[in-house]
Amino acid sequence: MLAKRIIPCLDVCNGRTVKGVNFVNLRDAGDAVELAKTYSDKGADELVFLDITATVEKRKTLSELVKNISKTISIPFTVGGGINTIEDVDVMLSCGADKISINSICVKNPDIIGELSHTFGSQCVVCALDVKRNDAFNKNGLDGWEIYTHGGRVATGLDAFDFAKEVYNRGAGEILLTSMNSDGCKNGFEIDLTKRISKSVSIPVIASGGAGNMEHFKDVFEDGCADAALAASIFHFGEVQIMDLKRYLNDNNISVRL
Amino acid sequence: MIAIVKYNAGNIQSVMCALNRLGYDAVVTDDVEMIKKADKVIFPGVGEASTAMAYLESINLIDTLKDLKKPFLGICLGMQLLCERSDENDCRCMGMFDVPVVEFDKTSGFKIPHVGWNTIYDLKSDLYKDVKENSYCYFVHTYYVPVCDYTIAKCEYAGVSFSASIKRDNFYATQFHPEKSGSIGETILNNFLKLEDK
Repeated sequence: MLAKRIIPCLDVCNGRTVKGVNFVNLRDAGDAVELAKTYSDKGADELVFLDITATVEKRKTLSELVKNISKTISIPFTVGGGINTIEDVDVMLSCGADKISINSICVKNPDIIGELSHTFGSQCVVCALDVKRNDAFNKNGLDGWEIYTHGGRVATGLDAFDFAKEVYNRGAGEILLTSMNSDGCKNGFEIDLTKRISKSVSIPVIASGGAGNMEHFKDVFEDGCADAALAASIFHFGEVQIMDLKRYLNDNNISVRL
Repeated sequence: MIAIVKYNAGNIQSVMCALNRLGYDAVVTDDVEMIKKADKVIFPGVGEASTAMAYLESINLIDTLKDLKKPFLGICLGMQLLCERSDENDCRCMGMFDVPVVEFDKTSGFKIPHVGWNTIYDLKSDLYKDVKENSYCYFVHTYYVPVCDYTIAKCEYAGVSFSASIKRDNFYATQFHPEKSGSIGETILNNFLKLEDK
């Protein structure tokens, strides 16, 4: 049976892992390659690296990091952060990344989704949608959510549900759905949001933002219909051990890779 | 010498890294003579079938690959290309296995592609030595090879049981990615690398 995936996310800046609360207030959480190895050994199903380095040397340092990760771990991993062109993707994939995640460019130039999925296959195209509650988007008594870009700094005026369908129709292979309202708050994933997005597309949805305890994962898999769940700080700071989480989910009849 | 076939549909780096972790080195090549000389040939693959076939044809590699007698391992798209034909853009493939590659039923209510860790069972052949039934392996695919006489491992998704792995003579293939399947994947790769010539 297909297992629900547990995905630690590493926000990377100059090769170090960092983590913020609500997208700001960064603090150091260790060497990215070492942390990747630890997670891979401890039962993570996949890893996501989001590079937030903002220098001209960015691509060079990131491609070195991707090579080192690829040499070290034997599970799939996704790389994102400032990936904007077919050439960027080509570099990351040839350095050993399995998937790339794109965010701002999906909004600015949605044609790129089709181009990437045609060139490299849809399996490696992850559209990272950062969304925030906005009452102006409420419809039929349901909560409205708006798409944000540029690390959550720019509101786009796009409806999250419409845009999720658009990226799916254009050839995205997976959606990484982050609730900015929940990110770093540890109050649980956005269940209703995740469920509505997951039901509206036939590609896997990775829920992100809000994991604070093991029950939150159970809720997002059972009620949120997520195919995978992503978290950062609870893993980085050892608040939840991946194997404990998986045993807990297994005890609750959720299929996981043990 | 281990040769990894270089063509336009590779996750070649991932396969190379996996071999390195196991202590093996390999040559990435599309050179006919090199491939013929290799003791083991690995044919990875991620991407679209017809584009890959057109490229293999353009570099005249198809007959060389079909005539190989050394242990050969096709991975993912590299498995599908060994079959007779694929539903993916109605593409004719190399035909080492006289079976078709078909598409998962998009109306099954399951998410397509099949992405993630799934269990493999009914394991046969030396490729699965020391691999337990129902071990988890990593899959990413939209098309599959139905269960057939060549099936040496099965998997189940979207309401069908399909070939997770097939074998005919020296040709072995896996639909999943052993290079991405953690320690189980490493065992499978190691088993392949230890196969004797037949």
